[in-house]
Amino acid sequence: MGVPSRVAAVLAGLLLLVGCGAPPAAGPSAERSLILATTTSTQDSGLLDVLLPAMTEDTGWAVKPIAVGSGAAIEMGRRGEADVLLVHSPAAEEELVATGVTGRRLLVMHNDFVLVGPATDPAGIRELPVAEAMATIARSGSAFVSRGDESGTHAREKQLWEAAGVDPDGVWYRSTGQGMGATLRVADEAGAYTLSDRATFLAQRDGLRLQIVNSGDARLLNIYHVIEITPAAGERVQPEGAAAFVDWIVGPRAQQMIGEFGTTEFGEPLFTPDAGKTAEQLGG
Amino acid sequence: MDVLLDGFAEALRLLLTGDEDTWTITALTLQVSLTASLLALLIGIPFGTAAALVRFPGRRVLLAVANTGMGLPPVVVGLFVTVLLWRSGPLGGLGLLYTPAAMVIAQAAIATPIVIALTAAALQQIDPEFLVQMQALGATRARALLALLDEARLPLLAVGMAAFGAVVSEVGAAQMVGGNLAGETRVLTTAAVLATSRGQFALAIAFGLVLLTLAFAVNLSITLAQQQRAPVR
Repeated sequence: MGVPSRVAAVLAGLLLLVGCGAPPAAGPSAERSLILATTTSTQDSGLLDVLLPAMTEDTGWAVKPIAVGSGAAIEMGRRGEADVLLVHSPAAEEELVATGVTGRRLLVMHNDFVLVGPATDPAGIRELPVAEAMATIARSGSAFVSRGDESGTHAREKQLWEAAGVDPDGVWYRSTGQGMGATLRVADEAGAYTLSDRATFLAQRDGLRLQIVNSGDARLLNIYHVIEITPAAGERVQPEGAAAFVDWIVGPRAQQMIGEFGTTEFGEPLFTPDAGKTAEQLGG
Repeated sequence: MDVLLDGFAEALRLLLTGDEDTWTITALTLQVSLTASLLALLIGIPFGTAAALVRFPGRRVLLAVANTGMGLPPVVVGLFVTVLLWRSGPLGGLGLLYTPAAMVIAQAAIATPIVIALTAAALQQIDPEFLVQMQALGATRARALLALLDEARLPLLAVGMAAFGAVVSEVGAAQMVGGNLAGETRVLTTAAVLATSRGQFALAIAFGLVLLTLAFAVNLSITLAQQQRAPVR
């Protein structure tokens, strides 16, 4: 037995092992699958793990969720690389709609952003309106950690700095370029402030010393829209898949699941279902 | 430190209880990375052999490119393959993005330069007179070449291990072209990254330990085959 055949035998044995050990492919039985480009917060909070199997059960469409920042998700939509978007970056969404490649854009749910920081609140921002709180952080030179990744959360942070009249720059301001979970850890280690969506913070707060130090301002509202992409973005876009997803996620079953998600694990819901409302009604 | 201990406990639990998700992820990791390694060997060994034995124009450039390619960042390969496989890209019609096949393509692209460079280095170590002598003894060119590869079997098996090690441990390309879809394209590395970003550190470490165990099992099998015929000195 030569070495090549011996190696082949070893590899064949390994592959056989794989074949025996593996359960039948757990892929969706549905024949049709659509691509959903969405934000890391919907995946990291675990919401998609609950919603998507139910969606496949009800509609026969399997969903491939690609979790990236809102900026990247919107770009995928613009290029027709996704059929539908679930995102939370309203200004960027409106720019996308203006390009004419989208179909319906509907409100799905909201939660809010929160300013988190050390329990001692070194800048003293607990009772302030959020824009003033941001200005106070900058003025006191307290450490602040930014996502810096063009995500929906980063976009909101930049709006808040603008509202505060601050150009964030200096040794107190650091940018991670990473997701919310990683950014929370960095802020925690550095004893810094950061802006987080409430869902991710609640899902991860067990390992963190950070606390919510400022919340409730209307500027902190975090609204998620679903956006249909049309074949105008690219010829391989599947408008039926997009329509099925939009119809389903604003439907009663999905809305109820969204409203209940997180109550058992975190003691409070992570998102508020909003189908049928307008952003103006929410005060956004 | 607690996290590390919890990670060990979690890894043991996942492996011993035969957790279905973990098995799916582990099996897919093995399938994707072994297929990619075999593909890289299939493409890389002929090129590496040619670069070692044949003088042809561009030979040194090929070697320099392959040597550089050994340090190819997986995330860059992933980006290239993603753009090629995009719906709007040249290969978009195949619908391969976010499938295991796309991951095999990307990982094979990562491993092929490693195979070419290390194969060439392994064969160049052998006495250049070897082929001449074999042919003088009456062997055909093909037989002489096979004898040469047999002579270099130990380093060639090491080439296989290097290729497998490079692809089974990478996360950038697997994440980008696979999309980390549960039950479809989630492998041990992308599962570990997801668990980390969810703050589930013990689970992330458990996936890391399963990955190490897997890599060890594969390398042990190849090493046993390798050492069985190694000359004992």
